[in-house]
Amino acid sequence: MKTFSLSETAIDASTLLRELESDRIGAIVTFEGRVRDHNDGRTVNGLTYQAYAELAEAEGAKIIEEARARFEISQAICVHRIGELKLGELAVWVGVGAAHRDAAFAACRYIMDEVKARVPIWKREHYAQGEAEWLHPSA
Amino acid sequence: MNYTLLYFASLRDAAGCAQEDVISGARAPRALYAEAATRHGFRMPLERVRVAVNGEFADVDSALRDGDEIAFLPPVSGG
Repeated sequence: MKTFSLSETAIDASTLLRELESDRIGAIVTFEGRVRDHNDGRTVNGLTYQAYAELAEAEGAKIIEEARARFEISQAICVHRIGELKLGELAVWVGVGAAHRDAAFAACRYIMDEVKARVPIWKREHYAQGEAEWLHPSA
Repeated sequence: MNYTLLYFASLRDAAGCAQEDVISGARAPRALYAEAATRHGFRMPLERVRVAVNGEFADVDSALRDGDEIAFLPPVSGG
C-alpha cells in the first residue's frame, strides 16, 4: 500500500485504519479534513480538488518519509481526495501509528501541515451564489 | 526547442487548456512563463508560481532541454 495516495472516490477511513493496526502500536492518531459549509465569510456548497498527480504522490510520499525519520512512529498513511466533493465529505485523511502517543500526535500534525504547504493540490470553492474560485493562498 | 507546458488550477482556467505543446526559443522556465503569460493573459506573477520540470520541482532559471515537460504551479491549497 502506498503511504500517500490520491483518490477519485470517497475515502474509506475504516479500511485505512486497519492498515495501521499492529501489535507493536500503542497509539494511533488520525486526522480527518472535511468539506465545511463556509470559508472567509462566504457560504460554500462544495469543493473541487485538482492535483498534479505524479508530483503530488512523490511529494506526499517524501513527507511521510520525513515524518518517519523525525518521529518515533511505526507507520503513517495519508490519502487526499481529488474531484468533486460535497459538504461533509472527507477531503483528506492522515493516520499515524506509534508505540507512544507523543510521537503519533506530532507526526500527524507534521504530515498534515506539510501536505497543505507543499503538495501540488488545489481547491476550488463553489459558493451559494453560484460562482466558484480557486484558492491560491499567500505564504 | 519543443516543450510541453502543464497548467493547473487558475492558470489552467486562464489558459483554457491543461497542457500545450509549444516551440520556443526560451531556454529556462522563466522565459517560457513570460511567453505563456502574454499568450493567455496570466495575471499571476512568476514569484507566486512554482515550477516543475519532468515531474520534479525545479528552479525557474534551470536550463531546459528539447522535449522537456514544464509545469507551472500556482500556490497550492490542498487539505
